[in-house]
Amino acid sequence: MTPPDSGDVEILGTPWREGAAGRALRERLGIQLQETQLADKLTVSEVLALFRSFYRQSHTVEEVLALVELEEKRKARVVTLSGGQKQRLAVACALVSKPELLFLDEPTTGLDPQSRRQLWEIIRRFRAAGGTVLLTTHYMEEAERLCDRVAIMDHGKIIALGTPKELIASLGADHVVDFALTEGGISQDLVEVLRQMGGVNAVRTGSDGVSLTVVELHRALPALLALLQQRGVELSLLTTHHATLDDVFVALTGRQLRDT
Amino acid sequence: MYQLALSRMREFYREPEAVFWVFGFPIVLAFALGLAFRNTGPGRLQVGVVAGPGDSAVAAVLDSSPRLVATVLDTATARLRLRTGRVALVVIPGDPVVYRYDSTRTESGLARLEVDEVLQRARGRKDLVAVRDDRAVARGSRYIDFLIPGLLGMNLLGSGIWGVGFSVVQARQRKLLKRYMATPMRRSHYLLSFILSRLVFLIVEVVALVGFGWLLFGVAVRGSFVTLAGITILGSFSFAGLGLLVASRAKTIEGVSGLMNLVMLPMWILSGTFFSYARFPDAMIPFVKALPLTALNDALRAVMIDGAAVTSLGTPLAIVGAWGAVSFVVALKIFRWR
Repeated sequence: MTPPDSGDVEILGTPWREGAAGRALRERLGIQLQETQLADKLTVSEVLALFRSFYRQSHTVEEVLALVELEEKRKARVVTLSGGQKQRLAVACALVSKPELLFLDEPTTGLDPQSRRQLWEIIRRFRAAGGTVLLTTHYMEEAERLCDRVAIMDHGKIIALGTPKELIASLGADHVVDFALTEGGISQDLVEVLRQMGGVNAVRTGSDGVSLTVVELHRALPALLALLQQRGVELSLLTTHHATLDDVFVALTGRQLRDT
Repeated sequence: MYQLALSRMREFYREPEAVFWVFGFPIVLAFALGLAFRNTGPGRLQVGVVAGPGDSAVAAVLDSSPRLVATVLDTATARLRLRTGRVALVVIPGDPVVYRYDSTRTESGLARLEVDEVLQRARGRKDLVAVRDDRAVARGSRYIDFLIPGLLGMNLLGSGIWGVGFSVVQARQRKLLKRYMATPMRRSHYLLSFILSRLVFLIVEVVALVGFGWLLFGVAVRGSFVTLAGITILGSFSFAGLGLLVASRAKTIEGVSGLMNLVMLPMWILSGTFFSYARFPDAMIPFVKALPLTALNDALRAVMIDGAAVTSLGTPLAIVGAWGAVSFVVALKIFRWR
């Protein structure tokens, strides 16, 4: 909807344009924009009736209310809804057209865990019914759970693309060990030694400690502990977890997730 | 389209402030102004008589006139009351009798004539020519008769521009316009929905204001109601177009408020809402007449006061229509949809 800086936009094999062809394409899409605030004074079912009226074929208001589980709120004005309910209403406005392709722009940003799970459930059901979803999110966990394919974008460029499994596999290791020392800083030669250690794939140091990606945790961990003991330094923190998309993102961009 | 118009209306009537400003305010204004300028005739004029020899005799003579009230005052008080307008004229008894008054005030001029007449007659002046008064009150000549059509025009302007302008800019600010653009909604339908919903409110506005004027002040509509309805519909369309134009680019409520005032204030003053635009210098008149509100007010007054037929109103109606059509087309061209 923002005019392209360059290139063409093509959706479902059709170029994105104004006019009759554009309208035909829009009939097949459902879009939720992060920034949209619906009219405060209208009730939930009035908003849906309005959006429904734009499309040639659509769900009835009751059907779509059931899809997003807002039946109890049908008479409530938009202004009285909670953040999660507003977000579900926004998704409902996108679903009302029985879209083939659903665009969701950070649908769960700022929501409590409960509301996030409700939205995930809605998205899963839509997928199960054969729909395609294009989702943007800051939450790697969300991408990992919901998506078949993930593209990681940094500064407007796609820097990685694949299934969550493929992306995690690209780290070359399936475990991450984070640790920090009581003494604070970590000497450069310690980092070098860690790099040479068997099973360690990569070492990254940050202000809050060191992060190792390792292949074989059962071998790397005792080795690490032995090394530290030998050096006579004490651990203030030690955690391990399975590698996630979070780790992929950090490894690729070299920094923690930013809010952009 | 129907749903869009319906949403417009719902959003409007669920906003109590908006309802007051559109329906309540003009009626309150009409009521207040109607009371302040009610036509009771000149009433009895207050006249002061400066204390001195013969003052009470003069005062008694003046008081006997049904159009004068005379009070005996000392010189300082008389001066003060004359200056503040509480007496129209001060009489200083003596030889000659002195009338002190401000000749630029209509009231004082009337008092001068009346006082002189009464005093001269009391001394035995006789009329040389026989006269007979034939009193007639011209229909539609009261201030309230002038005011109601003006308020109607002003109200159409205000509700058109406010009603359309604010909702458009609010929808733009909330990115709702952008969201609508992602649907197959036709853009023209969106804009037309404003005009359609205006039409519904128009009926309420006109009935309320005309009904109020008729019930309380007996302001009748002398022309046909069909003509009146036609003119108000045209005016309402025209101002909704103007409202769209005003709102076509603005990104913030603050921005559009300024623009609205820029459009409306000059028209409120120039277009003969509260007083006739004939008071402006002749050089300004053609410009004033080209304003849509002037043209609409003229047409409304012609129908309500003079009972004019629609055929005689070609020029003002053409002006109103042209403003609306041009605004709408330009608004459609330059409208910022995101």
